[in-house]
Amino acid sequence: MSNYRHDAHPEDRTEPYLVAHPAEAVAAAVPKIRLRGVVKHFGSKHVLDGVDLDVAAGHSTVILGGSGSGKSVMLKCMLGLIVPDAGTIEIDGRDVLRMNRREREAVNDRIGMLFQNAALFDSLPVWENVAFKLLAQRRMTRAQARERAAEVLTLVGLAPSVGDLSPSELSGGMQKRVGLARAIAAEPDIIFFDEPTTGLDPIMGAVIDGLIVDCVRRLGATAVSITHDMASARRIGDTAAMLYQGRIVWTGPAEYLGHTGNDIVDQFANGERDGPIQMELRR
Amino acid sequence: MIHPLDPVATLGRGVLGACRTAGDVALFALDGLSHLVRPPFYGRLFLRAFIDFAYYSLPVVALTAVFTGMVLALQSYTGFARFNAQGAVANLVVLSMTRELGPVLAGLMVAGRVGAAIAAELGTMRVTDQIDALTTLSTNPMKYLVTPRLLAATVALPLLVLVANILGVLGGYLIGTTKLGFSSGAYLSATLDFLHWDDVVSGLVKAAVFGFVIALMGTWNGYSSRGGAQGVGSATTSAVVSSSVLILALDYLLTELFFAR
Repeated sequence: MSNYRHDAHPEDRTEPYLVAHPAEAVAAAVPKIRLRGVVKHFGSKHVLDGVDLDVAAGHSTVILGGSGSGKSVMLKCMLGLIVPDAGTIEIDGRDVLRMNRREREAVNDRIGMLFQNAALFDSLPVWENVAFKLLAQRRMTRAQARERAAEVLTLVGLAPSVGDLSPSELSGGMQKRVGLARAIAAEPDIIFFDEPTTGLDPIMGAVIDGLIVDCVRRLGATAVSITHDMASARRIGDTAAMLYQGRIVWTGPAEYLGHTGNDIVDQFANGERDGPIQMELRR
Repeated sequence: MIHPLDPVATLGRGVLGACRTAGDVALFALDGLSHLVRPPFYGRLFLRAFIDFAYYSLPVVALTAVFTGMVLALQSYTGFARFNAQGAVANLVVLSMTRELGPVLAGLMVAGRVGAAIAAELGTMRVTDQIDALTTLSTNPMKYLVTPRLLAATVALPLLVLVANILGVLGGYLIGTTKLGFSSGAYLSATLDFLHWDDVVSGLVKAAVFGFVIALMGTWNGYSSRGGAQGVGSATTSAVVSSSVLILALDYLLTELFFAR
């Protein structure tokens, strides 16, 4: 049963709805990830214009938004790959923007990331890609890391023998699976997914979504995904948030997508041409 | 309507841009060097880069050096014959090779071969998010991608130049003894008599500097590339052009430093 508080029409709501059970209420008091007033502009273009978002621990949140709406920039801000111009980003209650490099690296050690195009290292075989973080953190020997890579490849539905191949020998779907295996190999607390189904056929997209849900549940991790694939958003998200014109304009249960009562979200979710979102054909 | 001060503004913007780039490159180099003393160290990556610089560049550098030595012997012989000074051919070949041509030609060859490859590899990694992926995998990209290459190039170039010097002299020797009528003993004796240790050392120091510059320009241009395939292409071109120009400019400055009286 859903843990969400059901309001009639959660228009313009920016706060999450996770309040049902007492234990979760405590967790919700200190979200796993909290963004407040995050601003980022490139030249005169304001990509993020005061983003507020809470991501509850152990939940899967999907960030929706059109192409160029700033979803990837927001994700990169959370990862520390881009420094915002203003605002705060807290992970486990600590502002990561005020951390020194070593503290930030310690936080990143607990984060996994699946990139849109998988971003596998083509100079390394698949198994070294999967075990990269384990080897980088000196947590195990190369032989142990290879064994662990074979285990994780099995978890994402690939044969251990795939570990000996080069990433360039894999199909797009297999590359996504290897990227997922790499993201979960070190058993992170938080996993980010950047457009996990882009470029895949619908069946392979559903397979990847299923693997994501399984892996996140098995690890008990907090997941943040960005996508504009509605089917994928409904499959992998507990909560959805809509990024529009640099702000989060709606947050609510992912199952509501398409009939939220928010015109912006509904137009986007239903793929309607007419509505408050006007495509910028010329810049 | 063109404002009369527009050319001045353009010039000013160009100068400011060049200063900013120079500052960025200097900070990039310092960051890369700082990881030489901060663990973890990537010995395997250093070795791979060293083999790429030294071993795989050896054929092209060797061929360049041999033919340069041969051409030098031929050209200097025809020039010196006008003044009845053919005996100076061996002297000119060995000094030219050790002081200038060995380091400069090896540097230019390696810049075209390895510097371009580094820029293309890092540029591709940048535009396909592989560099960002390193950060998310508990790995500092500067430490992993840049520092091993800077160190490998700085160590490998002097070794390559040492080989180039020997082969260049050998090329001159072959032409001198088979075509120009020098006896083997006389040619070698003239070569060694005029060669001083600081001729060799200055060339090796130049080689180390050129190696560092090649790796720096390759990594910097690749690391900072933007904009897909076109950006990677531009980064590769910039890496080769900038390192070639810097090699020639620094060659003059180092020559001034070593030999100006």
